[in-house]
Amino acid sequence: MASLKQLALREEERPRFTGGHSLCAGCGIPTIVRTVFDSIPGPVVAVSATGCLEVATTRYPFTAWGVPWLHVAFENAAAVASGVEAAYRALAQRGRLSGERVTIVVFAGDGGTYDIGLQALSGALERGHRFLYVCYDNEAYMNTGIQRSGATPFAASTTTSPVGSVGRGKAEVRKDLTAIVVAHHIPYAAQASTSHWQDLSVKVERAVAQEGPSFLNILSTCPPGWGHEARDGARVARLAVESRYWPLFEVVDGHYRLTHYPQHPMALVEWLEMQKRFSHLRGIASVDLESELEREIVAQWQELERRTAESKAWFEDRATESA
Amino acid sequence: MARTTLGQEVLTGGEATAHAMRQIRPDVVPIYPITPQTPIIQTFSRFVADGRVDTVLLQVESEHSAMSAAVGAALAGARTMTATASQGLALMIEVLYIASGLRAPVVMAVGNRALSAPINIHGDHSDGMLARDSGAVQIFAQDAQEAYDLMVMAPRIAEHAAVLLPVLVGQDGFSVTHSAENVSLLRDEEVQDFVGPYEIPYPLLGDRPSSQGLFAMPDSYYELKVRQAQALEAAEQVFADVGRAFALRFGRHIGAVEAYRMDGAERAIVLIGSTAGTAKDAVDALRQRGEKVGLVVVRLYRPFPHQVLAEALGGVERVAVLDRAVSPGTYPPLYSDIRAGYAGPAELRSYVYGLGGRDTAPEDIERVYRDLLVPRTAGIRYLNLMGEDQHGES
Repeated sequence: MASLKQLALREEERPRFTGGHSLCAGCGIPTIVRTVFDSIPGPVVAVSATGCLEVATTRYPFTAWGVPWLHVAFENAAAVASGVEAAYRALAQRGRLSGERVTIVVFAGDGGTYDIGLQALSGALERGHRFLYVCYDNEAYMNTGIQRSGATPFAASTTTSPVGSVGRGKAEVRKDLTAIVVAHHIPYAAQASTSHWQDLSVKVERAVAQEGPSFLNILSTCPPGWGHEARDGARVARLAVESRYWPLFEVVDGHYRLTHYPQHPMALVEWLEMQKRFSHLRGIASVDLESELEREIVAQWQELERRTAESKAWFEDRATESA
Repeated sequence: MARTTLGQEVLTGGEATAHAMRQIRPDVVPIYPITPQTPIIQTFSRFVADGRVDTVLLQVESEHSAMSAAVGAALAGARTMTATASQGLALMIEVLYIASGLRAPVVMAVGNRALSAPINIHGDHSDGMLARDSGAVQIFAQDAQEAYDLMVMAPRIAEHAAVLLPVLVGQDGFSVTHSAENVSLLRDEEVQDFVGPYEIPYPLLGDRPSSQGLFAMPDSYYELKVRQAQALEAAEQVFADVGRAFALRFGRHIGAVEAYRMDGAERAIVLIGSTAGTAKDAVDALRQRGEKVGLVVVRLYRPFPHQVLAEALGGVERVAVLDRAVSPGTYPPLYSDIRAGYAGPAELRSYVYGLGGRDTAPEDIERVYRDLLVPRTAGIRYLNLMGEDQHGES
């Protein structure tokens, strides 16, 4: 486990993602990219899907990337990474590579992961490439102007699920992508949040130590998309975790473990109230919507608690073995 | 001197292509099955399974991912080849355009096949024509031998420093992919030596970090796209040079176009692909009867060899351009291409044939030559179209 000081030192020694990009103030993405990079000791090749991160960091002829970086299209980041990983294996096998083991990291948003990139992700996970896939999940198509995605929570207002005289925000429940990923039986999958940097950093370390694919679904705040103050980015992310809206957990070889239990769980309403995308829920007519969202969150938490309890012995055995 | 070629073997175009791939020994081959490309990837997979080649085979979940993985692998620093056809090529198109823009020298065999709907698995050039503005080099083979030879030439064209673009080597579905012919293979080590090592300027797995696939604003996009188009134009000379090197070494010359019995020809047909064999038989028969007819076969389709084609046509009076594809709403692709760049004296006429695998016999070709004897108004004539002018005669 790296300390904050160690992470900062690594960043100073080898800047892998520099400032000067045009990501918004309060955006969760730069924190994610830097924490992921600083938590990987060896060399990295990064692949990005089309999206906020790609657009804001690579305006020709400038780049914010200090590591080899490739962007091809929106829906195919996992397939592109598959090719890079296959190239790595081929060149290693034929003695044309030297130096430390390279880690291939994909960064894609929820649109590029939950929706248009799901097939490519599924194929890559099934094939078992050694790579880390990071989904920066800001819960809508933010780069194109806040349109609803499969990751957008129930009732959230977006530009394609607006609140109107009939519309009440997104009518559907968000997709459980992490569960879909887990169904591919990959060695490591986890959910994390920018607010809990150490939890995230440890998960990155565990993820890249695997011999196969690993996946991190990281909640990423979006001031213009969620409708919160830029200065509140870290707070909104923290409240998402403390209200149990975004549980932090990991799945190791199919075994679940909650990695953070809110000591004093916040009411969901406190998190909702910080964001304009949920402002319509304050009306009396929308109480049902709020409780429906709450029911989803509680059910999700209980399911994770149940799975964590089931896996407790497995994790204990593993700890004993490695001790 | 050691022989550079092996004896004749009876192989389908698909098998011959797989042999070329085995001998080139690419680092990575992403594959996804589609008829009639399957003989290529099945034969190659067998070579891998039998340890005859040590390529990393990547069984992806769609052609879109096949081309995406190919771009990733090629830019990472690995020689990468793949194969597809028809709907598969259609699904790849988005990424094929990007491959050209990112200057990823992926080599791809295409078993040319009709496009849906209606669904049809047989040969025509509709799929290839879908890629004609992708920025990739496009070559069409007449037979299994050419499919093999062009595949051996392809990496040197794709990876040339002045080009760095994908190369598509087409062969007609079934009539070439699945038809067994005598093919003369080169020796493995000769192919290896001819192709040489894979070198690109900025491999992602190399020593110099680079950002690739950046976002370009109106202040730079235009220049980058024009430079990319110029690289494709440069491929015409590179194709000629690689063809000459191939001929010098192996004694088989493959030019951008083939002029067949064009000496003193007054009437000519221009076409692409496997129907060349049928047309050559028809030309031979007509020449025997004293008719001044000839044939020009276009192999290099992108960049289009306007000058070489005009030279091949020489002083011919009437030319029938036979397209195995349509471009609904205007004239078909090959005709339009020739028309756009041809300033010679001949009258050009447009014919469409063989869509969805409809057979074209020597008699059909002879009818076209007869049709060229009589004056005719502009328009597209459809050979062998039921219920219409089947005979191509006025």
